[in-house]
Amino acid sequence: MKKRILSLFLLSITALALTACGGNQSSENGEVIVYNWGEYIDPDVLTSFEEETGIRVIYDEFETNEIMYPKVEAGASAYDVVCPSDYMIKKMIDNDLLSKIDFEKIPNAKKYIGQQYYDQSREFDPQNEYSIPYCWGTVGILYNKTMVTEPVDSWDILWNEAYADNILMQDSVRDAFMVALKRDGASMNTLDEAQLQKAKEQLIAQKPLVQAYVIDQVRDKMIGGEAALGVIYSGEAIFTQRENADLAYVIPKEGTNVWIDSWVIPKNAPNPENAQRFIDYMCRPEIALKNFEYITYSTPNEGARELIEEEAIKNSPIAFPDLSQYQNLETYSYLGEEGDALYNELWKEVKSE
Amino acid sequence: MNKKSLAFPYILWAGAFIVIPLCMVFYYGMTDKTGAFTLSNIITIATAEHAKALVLSIELSLASTAICFFLAYPLAMILTDMHVSTHSFVVLIFILPMWMNFLLRTLAWQTLLEKTGVINSILQLIHLPGLDIINTPGAIILGMVYNFLPFMVLPIYNALSKIDTNVINAARDLGANGMQTFFRIIFPLSLPGIISGITMVFIPALTTFVISTLLGGSKILLIGNVIEQEFTQTGNWHLGSGLSIVLMIFILINMVAEAVFDREGEGTRL
Repeated sequence: MKKRILSLFLLSITALALTACGGNQSSENGEVIVYNWGEYIDPDVLTSFEEETGIRVIYDEFETNEIMYPKVEAGASAYDVVCPSDYMIKKMIDNDLLSKIDFEKIPNAKKYIGQQYYDQSREFDPQNEYSIPYCWGTVGILYNKTMVTEPVDSWDILWNEAYADNILMQDSVRDAFMVALKRDGASMNTLDEAQLQKAKEQLIAQKPLVQAYVIDQVRDKMIGGEAALGVIYSGEAIFTQRENADLAYVIPKEGTNVWIDSWVIPKNAPNPENAQRFIDYMCRPEIALKNFEYITYSTPNEGARELIEEEAIKNSPIAFPDLSQYQNLETYSYLGEEGDALYNELWKEVKSE
Repeated sequence: MNKKSLAFPYILWAGAFIVIPLCMVFYYGMTDKTGAFTLSNIITIATAEHAKALVLSIELSLASTAICFFLAYPLAMILTDMHVSTHSFVVLIFILPMWMNFLLRTLAWQTLLEKTGVINSILQLIHLPGLDIINTPGAIILGMVYNFLPFMVLPIYNALSKIDTNVINAARDLGANGMQTFFRIIFPLSLPGIISGITMVFIPALTTFVISTLLGGSKILLIGNVIEQEFTQTGNWHLGSGLSIVLMIFILINMVAEAVFDREGEGTRL
């Protein structure tokens, strides 16, 4: 009998605790469920958003677009705001996963985000109806000046045997193929089978020279001097240079990928209004600046760029390159289901070699 | 309360988290995108890249199972001979790392083995040649052995400690020397522990994808990596499930072998 009383007591305590939590959590204005890249926001921004709006932020992270897509598509966990890249946004639009954005409700988006970024976005969002740019950048080579003495200006160096076991490649199918295709002077969105076979052969030939295929770890490994050369996103380059002054970033002369990550609102978002408020908050110049300073990825927010105090950063060729100087810059486009399958198949052949 | 109703939560658990997911794996594995029945997902195991990954996985897990066995058996024998107070201490040392997250421990090995990692820095300091093992199959075997060794030690230790010392004494009385006692008495009696140790090491080693990603630099594709990528990257659940079914066949063979040898269930009882 004693035991039963005890367990009843425990049960009631748990129930009490749960209701107390519930009361707290469903704070005045509900919640917003955000699905963003890993380490892609200043955590303080989330706190200040919660304090200002009374909306609780539930924050979830992904490492690649390919990991994000099936989760949103399956709809098992409904998100209010997601931050995919260009080609993935196109895929989501094509598969009717996104709802149109009501720009009236997000005034900061038109006010502060530069028009050129909306123009660039037309490649994947032809009418600028579904996405609001959050970050953008290029993909290039990060190298350690103490380990690479010759000039770095071409993707060719990633096939140079002098750097065997000193090269870090991106462990994602599109980025890996982009390097091989661009080196060949081909489009990184090609569906030409012969061209892709050739790129695959090159990646297989490169494999013995590659130390590892990694994603976020390129940053730490390059800072630690673990490798001489790495394929990296421009946003990471500024951060790594802060930590290790020997590192330099180049956009290879054969051209590269110019990418945009944008906020979108999925069709099945449970709190679309909170999503609008969240995106609007993110588009405020001082908030965008805080995020830029924390994650160091280029911001399309003109207002935020104006607020940058350090001239070197404000006019940094890495953070804000003059794209007209470079040739053959492209943005990924969605390849369609068959195109995706072809790329994945070839990538698997590279990886299993 | 009768005993049957006590089992109810377990049945609910097993149904929701074992039976239903298993049925889903079979459903996905034997259908295509349109939902029509097909065996093509299972047959793809024969394609060059899948077969290569499977063979490599089997090789690496056999190697690490063998290494685990040769490390674990002597250790288990030493443990059995120890005083109660010392042996519980040694067992504790073995179990202690398992309280830490498996992912973190594997990440730690990455830091240890890296070119500019802890081990190489020390070697360099005393002017010894560096250890170039990270991102090779050797590093993956090391990771497997490190992570799964306790699963081999504990069942063998368990089986050994249950052997009645009178049996061994009788063998000695009847004139058997140390070698004979070991091979004709101790080893056969510890067989159930060995079999369950092998199962507990071989199966997780065969299916791992984390160890090969972290210590192989994603350069070495094991069958676990192929399946993981079908689910997370490519989004082809049908193919991923089909390959999982193939893997299950290997696991079933292993479990049947275990059931045959370990009829009394001695080894698994800790």
